[in-house]
Amino acid sequence: MRKCNKFISAVVASAMVLAMAGCGGSNETAPSQAAQSSQQEAQSSQAADNSGAANDGAATGGQFVIGGIGPMTGGAALYGLAAMHGAEIAVKEINANGGINGVQIVFLPEDDQHDAEKSVNAYNSLKDQGMQILMGCVTTTPCVAVADKTAVDGMFQITPSASSTDVIENDNVFQVCFTDPNQGVASAQYIADKKLATKIGIIYDSSDVYSSGIEATFVKQAETLGLEIVADEAFTADSKTDFSTQLQKCQSAGAELVFLPFYYTEASIVLTQANGMGYAPIFFGVDGMDGILGVENFDTKLAEGVYLLTPFAADATDAATVSFVKAYQDTYNETPIQFAADAYDAIYIIKAAIEQTGVTPDQSVEEIGNALKGVMPTLSVDGLTGAGMTWDASGAVSKAPMAVIIKDGAYASVQ
Amino acid sequence: MAKVSLKRLQKGKTGEKGSRDKFITLLLVVAVYGIVQLLVKTGHVSSLIQGLLVPMCVYSLVAIGLNLCVGFLGELSLGHAGFMCVGAFTGAFVSKVLRDSIGNDLVLFLVALLAGVAMAALFGFLIAIPVLRLKGDYLAIVTLAFGEIIKNIINVLYIAKDSNGYHAAFSDAKSMQLDEESTVWLINGAKGINRIANLSNFTIGIVLILLALIIVYNLVDSRSGRAIMAIRDNRIAAESVGLPITQYKLMTFTLSAAIAGAGGVLYAHNLSTVTATPTNFGYNMSILILVFVVLGGIGSLRGSMIAAVLLTLLPEVLRGMKDYRMLIYSIVLIAMMLFNWAPKSIAFRKQLAAKWKKQKTQEEA
Repeated sequence: MRKCNKFISAVVASAMVLAMAGCGGSNETAPSQAAQSSQQEAQSSQAADNSGAANDGAATGGQFVIGGIGPMTGGAALYGLAAMHGAEIAVKEINANGGINGVQIVFLPEDDQHDAEKSVNAYNSLKDQGMQILMGCVTTTPCVAVADKTAVDGMFQITPSASSTDVIENDNVFQVCFTDPNQGVASAQYIADKKLATKIGIIYDSSDVYSSGIEATFVKQAETLGLEIVADEAFTADSKTDFSTQLQKCQSAGAELVFLPFYYTEASIVLTQANGMGYAPIFFGVDGMDGILGVENFDTKLAEGVYLLTPFAADATDAATVSFVKAYQDTYNETPIQFAADAYDAIYIIKAAIEQTGVTPDQSVEEIGNALKGVMPTLSVDGLTGAGMTWDASGAVSKAPMAVIIKDGAYASVQ
Repeated sequence: MAKVSLKRLQKGKTGEKGSRDKFITLLLVVAVYGIVQLLVKTGHVSSLIQGLLVPMCVYSLVAIGLNLCVGFLGELSLGHAGFMCVGAFTGAFVSKVLRDSIGNDLVLFLVALLAGVAMAALFGFLIAIPVLRLKGDYLAIVTLAFGEIIKNIINVLYIAKDSNGYHAAFSDAKSMQLDEESTVWLINGAKGINRIANLSNFTIGIVLILLALIIVYNLVDSRSGRAIMAIRDNRIAAESVGLPITQYKLMTFTLSAAIAGAGGVLYAHNLSTVTATPTNFGYNMSILILVFVVLGGIGSLRGSMIAAVLLTLLPEVLRGMKDYRMLIYSIVLIAMMLFNWAPKSIAFRKQLAAKWKKQKTQEEA
């Protein structure tokens, strides 16, 4: 028995070492979704060598390889999938119209399960596949971890939806969405301006970066605007299935509006339970609420009249939104949410930056990164999520916020 | 506590049963390290695998820690992710505070490591006092609860530094009345600790694993170790010969928590951010660590290391499978569990090994 154990562990150990060595080799030739051309392989093996300089790309003509990282499985999968789908539509459009400066682009999505460690793995895997520019991560915590890795490699990174200010500490990272503080401020401002209510209750997820970040700035801004916070109730990721206590507190404190700065899955439970106890204040969400109409087994009638602050509404009538929504529905059979629009914009922002700088795929990751980050503060891009988006050198975007109300089972913009 | 000496391990070659086996495990770790370093130097290792080297060390370390508790003490703990969490946060906190005053990265990491391990050991000790009065399933449930408590406390803990010095608060960051201009967040509630120096590397990980192995092997081979196993095998008999049960249990549980804490420190300094979420420090992680231990063999440190490495590697190597990878991962896990531990499979492997041995002797003859 002991002999046999020893034999097996020796075999496993050697297999392990071989697997490690083998992975270096096999990844180079692994047929990733879109990257099957031989040029691709040449680039990947170059990246696997980790020399950091893909200068024989010139010999092969080359294409821009843009990587995407987001949660495609697990609790936050809806965001990651939407973002990847949105980006894919943008890539398809750009390629059909002759690419960027005549160069085609390849988009490679990877899953990070909304976990920092997995996200770094996804990033490394994409590097092996020859990624030159990163469109990601979709969620905040993973993005903070990956942002430090891209800083080391000098890679240009643009995140569609990671909204914390920690994300953009490094100078190579830019955001398409608002930062959390901005969302809290904008929500309070909107409620005060439109005089929606004066007595406000808040329910938020204290264990979530995004939610507690918005809550903090919302409370502060509300105080300066003279809004009265009558209840400020927290829940955590471990107790997100029952909100009756928090709702009761809001109800007994007489809150006319309940602010829900968290994701749509929990929000759907809040709405159902509030309906069950006959409590009907105005509900006000932020961009995480986007997607609530897609929740399975959720009676969308309950979401009637819910406000959410999001820069994108699928029913907008401008030509760009209409064609995007149509393309999205044709391909994926669903209505796009804000994350899809953010990622779609991110790809076009990359395109605008590349066109401005005139970088070519044969340049090294670092050269491309330096050129792109240098040109970002000078750009002004019209996208689905805002017209005339501009960036300061810190990486934060400036654009006008927009509120959406749910009417007749669909998102409608509020004037 | 057991004296740490390599001599005892080498002495075992002719003496104590199984000591040669332990020596082989140490050699194996060193050999894997040498081979991997060689492959990395010659450029045969992809970025993905290079990025996974430190996590593999982290999980191996924690698996060694848990195996000490489950395999030698015989107590099922479902709270080891909690100790990992304590180690990670303490280590990251200390290295963040001292970063400006200690210039040398290695020294900074060692200080953070010591702090993380000490804090994890302290928590292990404190938790062990009430918990070890329970046995079996009850103990497992209580450790699980402790792991969750640790995670939740960290999620409401705020520590920051501004021009007026350090501030700390529970659950209410606003009560600290920070001077916003000069605020540096050290622990920011659910946002955890951000911008941690990347101090971990593969070499440090391997050194920690070797240290943990030597300490555990020496403990197991010592008088205390035999006492611990006697308690595991028959508590009443052990008590009747006058062994201080509680003392030994406390000692082992504390050491086990300390090793998990070391894994946590390594984990925190590998990523720039550490947050206490259900996926990385919740009971799911505790159970995953238990899977490493059970798959690798309860009481076999080498086995749990190999299982930790394989199961960390597997989902990442399967990335090419896209949506099917987690499904394949689970199926492979079931297959591996059956292959390793089903009685029929063990018998079959024995047969095969016997045949192989016979053939070999025939050839030699």
